[in-house]
Amino acid sequence: MKLHIDVGLCQGHGRCYDLAPGLFGDDDEGFGKVLGDGVVPPEKHEDARRASLNCPEQAIRLIEGM
Amino acid sequence: MTADNRFAEHQWEKRNGESPGISSEIVMGPVTDWASDFSHMEPEWAADPYPIQDDLRQRCPIAHTDRFGGGWLATRYDDVAAIAYDTEHFSSRSIIMGNFRPPKELAPIGGSPPITSDPPFHRTARKLLLPAFTKTAVSKQEPATRALCHSLIDDLEGQDIVDAAADYAQHIPVRVIADMLGFPAEDGPQFREFAKNTLEGVNLPPEQRVTRKSALFYYLLAQVHDHLENPRDDLTTFLINAELNGRKLDVSHVVGTMTLLLIAGIDTTWSAIGASLWHLAQHPADRDRLAAEPELLPAAIEEFLRAYAPVTMARLVKQDLHFRGVDMRADDWVLLSFPAANRDPVQFDHAGEVIIDREVNRHAAFGLGVHHCLGSHLARMEMQVALEAWLQRIPRFELADPSAVSWSTGQVRGPRALPLRIRGVGR
Repeated sequence: MKLHIDVGLCQGHGRCYDLAPGLFGDDDEGFGKVLGDGVVPPEKHEDARRASLNCPEQAIRLIEGM
Repeated sequence: MTADNRFAEHQWEKRNGESPGISSEIVMGPVTDWASDFSHMEPEWAADPYPIQDDLRQRCPIAHTDRFGGGWLATRYDDVAAIAYDTEHFSSRSIIMGNFRPPKELAPIGGSPPITSDPPFHRTARKLLLPAFTKTAVSKQEPATRALCHSLIDDLEGQDIVDAAADYAQHIPVRVIADMLGFPAEDGPQFREFAKNTLEGVNLPPEQRVTRKSALFYYLLAQVHDHLENPRDDLTTFLINAELNGRKLDVSHVVGTMTLLLIAGIDTTWSAIGASLWHLAQHPADRDRLAAEPELLPAAIEEFLRAYAPVTMARLVKQDLHFRGVDMRADDWVLLSFPAANRDPVQFDHAGEVIIDREVNRHAAFGLGVHHCLGSHLARMEMQVALEAWLQRIPRFELADPSAVSWSTGQVRGPRALPLRIRGVGR
């Protein structure tokens, strides 16, 4: 699984880095960013899904199978 | 002393009065039919808007009123989101629905940038403020906020009945925003008056509204002058020195943004903390669970924000527009009811129930799209600290008298009197 944030949709609500701080961080303006290469280890799949499902702007995409 | 001509007397004398705009007739009194005559300023709405919103969502999802010179009220999540995202047809030139519409020329900046700004200017004005309101930046306020909460709770000791709205929740955002702007903490009671006038004074006679508005303007201007003489590390000094495209900000931009920061941060967070305590006072199972498992608080806070979203925003229709089955006219108001959107059963399972460990909670309490609340991280920090401290020190509390609970009217809704019976104050 790989994470992707659509920067055109993200408004900096920060739900992703609140709920899955190991996978997401924020930039200097509070917008979400994917940490590292965005590849999610299996034990963090649940966190990634929760972050994605709670994004008010639906800006997080989970690319399965990566 | 710094000479800064922007803030010289002749620059602001012209502000003493209301800028030209469109005034409408003040219509007050009981609502005949919520679908065609709604008013968010009536006591029935303040007391309990949810049954009204649920009814409208089913039978008339974009309701109309002739009051306030004409306006609409969207209650479905999908419609509220569509309007929030559509900055092409809906302007933020004024975001408080009332009987005065500022002139079109005020766009795209508006009176209090960036909340009253339209794209593309909006982005520039907002960008300026973003770094001060990130999660990391606002976490610097956390220790002082916690100390304040505990000292407010210390003061409740020895009382059986305490007002959690007036004696606790309201002081928290007032002090935090005073610190961030660098205003004297003892001016707190004045800030609450300014916020109340702005948010709840929309049906006042124009002369009174203008007088109160200029009192706020002159207060802020005095703060600017104090900061010019004694610059310090706070948002006021930051705004005075800030530049957009190589130019320092105009006085109306500086004071307009100060107005926004002062007003938007007070009644909103006060309401959110108060509504959470109001819920817990009536739901002992939720109360006891959160007192025992404080790690659940972040999820519970999101649920309180969903179910009791304090803020409704307004827009002005730019040009005549057919929108989702209704014919809107230029300069009609549109209320984006985030509280109603958050209880839309199409968007949320068990929308009318408060489930403190709700797993999926894509609520719109802080708005959607480019105008999403700038202070959301600050509000969440204040709620977390305030509720954590309360539950730790006062784990047992209930409504002392349900009929004595009173709610604010208008676009920011929360308890303004909340008498609770408590069983002692812990350490």
